[in-house]
Amino acid sequence: MNRDLSLLIGILVSLFAVLLLWIVYITLSAETGPRLATLALEQLPESGVSHPVTAVLLNYRAYDTLLELAVLLAALLGIWSLGPAPAGFQLAGPALAVMARWIVPLAILTGGYLLWVGGHAPGGAFQAGALLGSAGVILRLAGHPRAGLPSEEAQRWLVVAGVGVFVLIGLLLAALGYGFLTYPKAGAKWLILLIETAATLAIGATLAAAYVGGRPLGAAPPSTPTPTEDARA
Amino acid sequence: MSILLLAFDAILLTTLLGLATAAVLSPEPRRATMLFIAFGLWLSLVWARLSAPDVALAEAAIGAGIGGALMLAAARRAARRHADIDADATIDTSEDAR
Amino acid sequence: MSPAFLYGGAGILLFALGLWSFLVHEPLLRKLIGFNIMGSGVFHLFIAIAHRGDGLPPDPVPHALVLTGIVVAVSATALALALNSRLEAADANASASAHQTHGRGADEHADDAKRRRWPTR
Repeated sequence: MNRDLSLLIGILVSLFAVLLLWIVYITLSAETGPRLATLALEQLPESGVSHPVTAVLLNYRAYDTLLELAVLLAALLGIWSLGPAPAGFQLAGPALAVMARWIVPLAILTGGYLLWVGGHAPGGAFQAGALLGSAGVILRLAGHPRAGLPSEEAQRWLVVAGVGVFVLIGLLLAALGYGFLTYPKAGAKWLILLIETAATLAIGATLAAAYVGGRPLGAAPPSTPTPTEDARA
Repeated sequence: MSILLLAFDAILLTTLLGLATAAVLSPEPRRATMLFIAFGLWLSLVWARLSAPDVALAEAAIGAGIGGALMLAAARRAARRHADIDADATIDTSEDAR
Repeated sequence: MSPAFLYGGAGILLFALGLWSFLVHEPLLRKLIGFNIMGSGVFHLFIAIAHRGDGLPPDPVPHALVLTGIVVAVSATALALALNSRLEAADANASASAHQTHGRGADEHADDAKRRRWPTR
């Protein structure tokens, strides 16, 4: 692109930024009205979890999270529809192989911890899923062609698990007369944990599959045995 | 105390903006991607300071980690393609010279 | 008020920087980096507004929105990069077949190398 045009775009963008800065300044100096934070913190004992962010994600605004999982699934379907995955990397040298052997189980363990701790402290399904996904990325870099994911059919089940469990629980609650994704107070904690577990597995599998970058390859060569734990990555 | 805190905030934000500018302005894809990963990690530090540890964790793991890994793979492909084009050019010139 | 404006302003500057880079730069990877920095600016503004001063608990609603946004941004990036790699493969094939119609024998090595690297369908 030529220099004059990029300069012109720069000037226009700067003017836009000044306008936005002015708007933010006005908004911040105005008297703040009632905030959602008060309401969110007030209702926290009713939500089944004691960490406010998890309560917002899985209880008050559960629709958001459901649709976000659907977006993730749609992106992965887009990637899969573009064709088969490129061939993986060659098997890693000893240093990376040993590191992967240590890091991958640790990442899975930390993911499980983050999932559990999300109920009352920072953590939750997204962070745990990201850790599982990065375990998959490391496996792929170390030469595992499918990033530690199971066979194609099992992968399909894994990546729809998040949306599927979410919708099933919602419909079940609606059938029982509570309304779609309105949890009864007694079972809220366990329902949220169940949804979060499914979402964690789905997010981890989807991110790892997105890193592989195409429809899953066929059966893995017998020279790279898959440890059973990898199925979760 | 509050002056000190303000200075701390200013340093955090200047570094953040500096990293973003460097990432945006560097023409070499791998360099740009690594700067972007550094930017993402620094951003998660800033968010931890703004008492948003959940979001900081997610940004470090998903935004900088997985996003960075995806972009690095693409950057490596781009660098290889450039090397390829250069190789083609040398083949062409050697042909012409003959 | 001043720290909130400081952080919010930094978010807007990031947004503007990303927007400029997204509009001006040609290669898709640089566009994507600009796009992601743009998104980070918006997230940063959200977090800055949610922060209500030291000592007070922050507003959890923007935090949850940003968490969702981060995952969506990464999935969009992954899809864009996958599309880009297919485009590159298609380009490489097109140029390879164009070279072949010229009938220049010396290029065939390069063509073979390309075909090995980007398997066609």
